[in-house]
Amino acid sequence: MSEVEETIKRLSAHKGVEGIVVVNMEGISIRSTLDPEKTVQYAALITQLTAKARSVVRELDPQNDLTFLRIRSKKHEIMVSPDKEYILIVLQNPTN
Amino acid sequence: MEIVYVYQRKRKEFGRQPILSDCLAHPSTCLDILPDPQYARNYVERNPCSVEIQSLPDRSEHEVNTESISFTNRGILHLQGGWPKDVDPTDVEHTIRYRKKIEKDDEYLRVVKSLGDTMEHCIKQNNAIDIYEEYFAEINDAIEIEQPWAKSLNVYRDPNPIKRAATSVSWYPDDGHKIAVAYSVLQFQQMPANMSLDSYIWDIENPNIPDHTLTPQSPIVSLKYNPKDPHVLVGGCYNGLLSYWDVRKGSYPVDTSSIEKSHRDPVYNVAWVQSKSGSEFFSVSTDGQVLWWDIRKLAEPTESLLLDPEKNGNIVGGTVLDFETTMPTKFMVGAENGTVLMCNKKAKNPGEKITHIYPGHHGPIRALQRNPFFPKNFLTVGDWTAKIWAEDIRSPIMATKYGLSYLTDACWSPTRPSVFCTSKLDGTVDIWDNLFKQNEPTLTVQVCNAPLHSVKVQEHGKMFAATARDGTTTILELCDGLSRIQNNEKSTFSQMLEREAKREKTLESSARERRIKGQQKRPTSASMRPTAQALEELIKSADDDFFLTIEQAGFQIKPAQQANEVPEVAQSANP
Repeated sequence: MSEVEETIKRLSAHKGVEGIVVVNMEGISIRSTLDPEKTVQYAALITQLTAKARSVVRELDPQNDLTFLRIRSKKHEIMVSPDKEYILIVLQNPTN
Repeated sequence: MEIVYVYQRKRKEFGRQPILSDCLAHPSTCLDILPDPQYARNYVERNPCSVEIQSLPDRSEHEVNTESISFTNRGILHLQGGWPKDVDPTDVEHTIRYRKKIEKDDEYLRVVKSLGDTMEHCIKQNNAIDIYEEYFAEINDAIEIEQPWAKSLNVYRDPNPIKRAATSVSWYPDDGHKIAVAYSVLQFQQMPANMSLDSYIWDIENPNIPDHTLTPQSPIVSLKYNPKDPHVLVGGCYNGLLSYWDVRKGSYPVDTSSIEKSHRDPVYNVAWVQSKSGSEFFSVSTDGQVLWWDIRKLAEPTESLLLDPEKNGNIVGGTVLDFETTMPTKFMVGAENGTVLMCNKKAKNPGEKITHIYPGHHGPIRALQRNPFFPKNFLTVGDWTAKIWAEDIRSPIMATKYGLSYLTDACWSPTRPSVFCTSKLDGTVDIWDNLFKQNEPTLTVQVCNAPLHSVKVQEHGKMFAATARDGTTTILELCDGLSRIQNNEKSTFSQMLEREAKREKTLESSARERRIKGQQKRPTSASMRPTAQALEELIKSADDDFFLTIEQAGFQIKPAQQANEVPEVAQSANP
């Protein structure tokens, strides 16, 4: 348990990190540093997007798999690290 | 002639395949027709002619277009995740318990750790180098000399089966991602009975379906967004009523003015007024009235003005309005008879309201706008020309040539002080850049084949919308050269305007001096008409001069005259 906390704290300590969400494959957020409404939205939307991205990668090459997904927008960058069961989402504000 | 060759064959040999052999075996030619040179005389040898022969399979071309399928975008708002059946998402305790259960899972711990490491690597990457850094952002790109162009981006058609003309367009304030287009039929009594009354707001990205519909009591002729509150629009109707809409409240007007107090002719132009509440506007119509309204109380106008420039009871209908927020008390009205009236809102008595009258054009003024950079100069469009005026001078300081077709609307570019565009009845939009060329438009774009009713440039200066009589609205994009301000453009253009203004002033003053001098020469200048006797003398002397010159010239042309006279006489003799 404390390892999870430690990891999350370490990630939050980096410059520009705005929030962290851990989601399971069904779209339920397990742990989040953002407020509930945003968490739910991120959980739902990012899960769907990750599934789609993964299917794209696998369709292009069945041996391939999605390792990381980065969405850069004007205001911040959403970084998604997927796994079999869980997804780790981090919001970071770029350096400028 | 018949060529016959008889041969015998046994019956059992019928149907056998023919065995061909050289003619030498049976040297019996049936008929031999030799060339007869006589026939050659019927023919002429042709000059060497080239004949092309090609052996190709026949081909044909077909075009097929699928029926267009309409798409709509819909989104789903996801509220809660996929909780398993035993957990009730509304019960907070359940959810917390579920979460805690997962957090105790070993798998979870391991996964979070490994993912965290990957993530950390990327976060550090982001922090180390900003890959989206823009180098040399401060240095503006050099203005390339290129051919000016305007590209049409989208065309928005009237979705109703009976097409009406799109008479006016207004851009959404600030960012301009929507346009409001008013549809009506301006020809008198040409409206079919089941014509739809609606006007639409279009989202720029979606030309298939209007974003919002406005349903008035009678077709809207002019439509404007409130620059302070982008959800509010005011529209002037064909029957003289004014209504205002709030986009959030649906398609029926929030309020409409009462018919007795409104205009008696279609409201050709409305404009919002600078006021503390941001809710005042005024409207003009060809019935000669200019009325001020407050949208909170549309039952009656707050103020009214009759356009009576000669103060003799002849009311002149107004067709366009202009109001500049930097000059809140003055406004301008363009009239049906071609004059432009500059009026002062705060005048004490109605007689003082109209401060200046500019002679204007030969026909009704179709567009009137102050230059957003130089408010003392304004642009008017009427008949076949566009003219630029300065406030103090009676005659235009710059005028375009008489074009081939009637100009219907004009608009200054909000980003470049010397650029304006005009729309014409033949469906073209001319973009004039006074710094570049003054006697010709810099760019002419054929927008469509139908006459254009109005043109409006978006606030960023990059796009403009043109509306046409067949109900289509087209959005065009201007090249950078015409939308981005150049260095020193403001100062150069202001110098040009001053120079032209000075020229007009000197012309005016010299004309005035000449008139004064002319008056001074004749001391009895009270009545310029000569007395009866003097008049007869003048006539006689004029006659004498005339005949003298005829005689002097007559000697030279007399023979020709005689020759001409004779056939004329002959003709008159035989009618």
